[in-house]
Amino acid sequence: MRIDRRIFFKTAGLIGVSLAVAKSFGAAVPESNEIEFRGMLYDSTRCIGCRACEKACAKAHGLPEPQDELKAGVLRKTSETQRSVINNYETSKGEVFVKNQCMHCNEPACAAACLTEAMCKTKEGPVIWREDKCMGCRYCMVSCPFDVPKFEYHSANPKIQKCDMCYDRVVKGEIPVCAETCGDAIIFGTRRELIAEARKRIAENPNDYFDQIYGEDVAGGTGWLYLSPVPLEELGLNTRLQNTSYPALTKGFLYSVPSVDVLLPPLLLGIYAATKDKQTKDDENE
Amino acid sequence: MNNSVYPMVNEDKRKFSWKFLFSELKPKGEWLTPFNIISIPVMLLGLILIVIRFSEGLGAITNLTQEVPWGLWIGFDVVTGVAFAGGAYVVTFMVYILNMKKYHPIVRVTVLNGFLAYAFYTGALLLDLGRPWNVINPMIGNNFGTSSVLFLVAWHFFLYMLAELIEFSPAIAEWLGSRRAHKILSGMTVGAVIFGITLSSLHQSGLGALYLMAKEKIHPLWYSEFIPVLFLVSSIFAGLSMVIFEGTISHKVFFNQISKKNHQAQNGIIHGLSKICAVTMFAYLFLQFLVFIHGKNWNVINTPMGYWFLLEMIGFVFIPMILFFYSYRTVNIFTVRLAAILTMIGIVLNRLNVTVIGFRWDAAIRYVPSWMEIVVTLAVIFTEIWIFRWVINRMPVLSESPAWANEEK
Ligand code: SF4
Ligand code: SF4
Repeated sequence: MRIDRRIFFKTAGLIGVSLAVAKSFGAAVPESNEIEFRGMLYDSTRCIGCRACEKACAKAHGLPEPQDELKAGVLRKTSETQRSVINNYETSKGEVFVKNQCMHCNEPACAAACLTEAMCKTKEGPVIWREDKCMGCRYCMVSCPFDVPKFEYHSANPKIQKCDMCYDRVVKGEIPVCAETCGDAIIFGTRRELIAEARKRIAENPNDYFDQIYGEDVAGGTGWLYLSPVPLEELGLNTRLQNTSYPALTKGFLYSVPSVDVLLPPLLLGIYAATKDKQTKDDENE
Repeated sequence: MNNSVYPMVNEDKRKFSWKFLFSELKPKGEWLTPFNIISIPVMLLGLILIVIRFSEGLGAITNLTQEVPWGLWIGFDVVTGVAFAGGAYVVTFMVYILNMKKYHPIVRVTVLNGFLAYAFYTGALLLDLGRPWNVINPMIGNNFGTSSVLFLVAWHFFLYMLAELIEFSPAIAEWLGSRRAHKILSGMTVGAVIFGITLSSLHQSGLGALYLMAKEKIHPLWYSEFIPVLFLVSSIFAGLSMVIFEGTISHKVFFNQISKKNHQAQNGIIHGLSKICAVTMFAYLFLQFLVFIHGKNWNVINTPMGYWFLLEMIGFVFIPMILFFYSYRTVNIFTVRLAAILTMIGIVLNRLNVTVIGFRWDAAIRYVPSWMEIVVTLAVIFTEIWIFRWVINRMPVLSESPAWANEEK
């Protein structure tokens, strides 16, 4: 079998490069690490729907103060001008208020989606967005199972808006403004402590709580944890979502990429050499 | 091959000069063709809309919503367009790797088509980016989001465009009459082809993998963990159907450029391609069936979305597959063309079903593209055809290479 030497070396070089790239891919797929991520515990049985947290959030992030009314049965959504909203649900146990914002997933789909790491999970726990990196592709929005990131469609210099758990405050050792303003229904702490606290509340008052912490398992676990008096669907919490990590859905594909990049070229080169050989033989026989 | 519409300059005397380049920029042939009359206003309108888009933001001309952030420009221009551009990797594989000489006459035009498709779809992608000035970030490491499927797709796109440019470059060298460059560039073809096929197989499947995390957002009939495989397999017959379709048109429009020998070869080529289409479509249907069974989707088949799915699978995969088989046995070129067109409709349906129609199918407010998004899409396609025509009329793509280029081999 004669392989064109030049082509051989070229391909060999390419394989080298892809191997190097492959290695960095293998290393970069995020590992789930349960180091002390901070999170928030939201107890909907304690929320009185005063919306002080909404207003504090808007003020802290330079967004307009929310004007719309809060009415039972009218669903308000987070938007490019509102990172956090309170809704009022008519449930089997009466009126319940529920806050809605980014869940700060342990393994965020948005960050796995982001090709510039503009969205990223910080080691402290908050998932943040970085303006200088983002190219506005909106793949984070496609991927987030909770539909959280919001895009400024009417701006020539659009940003992605979403709750960042007041990351600037958290690194300084302060607590997020919503938790500071609220003081009762929202508490800030390490995720481990918060889960323990939530369990304690359920155990102590089993009649007041539905026996499940939303956020403990959903989407592979989230930084925001919810306590509810009623089954979770009644509060508009999405229970159709899987309980395992979303980025894991792409791992099979991501892992196969380096192997294909490395194995396919030599295979093609082999076929090329084989068919070329046959061709020259055929020519000689003629 | 001298004729009045496309006068050929004596290639040997042609030296690179700016004067030559400028003269080549002028249009050749008739101006007021029906195509020009339709395409020019659309392109101008598209240009105005693009200006508005960049000054007022995406929301000014698109109907995108917070729930459906990717619309027609991604679902059709990029995802569907790239599937149609799949012909380039399939044909280069057949000609250069499997050494199937029969298909040699269509290699250049297919590669050109592929290259332009990628160039323009990346262009369309830039329109869709909210912050396009940062597009260079994943290339320069600000930062390398290596866990992102989109990161891989972006890199594979970019490198593939380079590979296709190298594959096509001998034609440019022949046009410019540059023998030395021709020799070097021709020597790089096989390397580029091997590289290109590898990159293609990954970004064709990668476009499907983009949607893997949108698990609950896509209708279960179109979402499965096998989207990447389905996208890859369907890109084979999508690309080849496009080759058949484009060949049919080129052979009419650029009739004078094509040598008698290649005209005669054309039917044999189409005939051969129809067999490959039929076989890959059979494999694809089989895969779809397995995925369907695996997903336990019987309960959704008796719904409007279920009928829509059946229409796609039977009307635009199964029937054209039968037509391809039939025309292969009966050597009927007309049925091949019909089958190619049906297949292409099927691909458009499939890609849009994953990306737009089936995406958030349960949302209260559905995304429907605005007329302005459609105009911009048409403008992109028309511009691509203009460039395609410009190149075909100048470079030896459909016409024979100059004698000196063949001697070298
Ligand atoms: S909820 Fe969405 S935006 Fe927030 S961290 Fe999770 S994936 Fe990211
Ligand atoms: S829009 Fe920005 S933050 Fe979101 S995935 Fe794209 S680059 Fe990352």
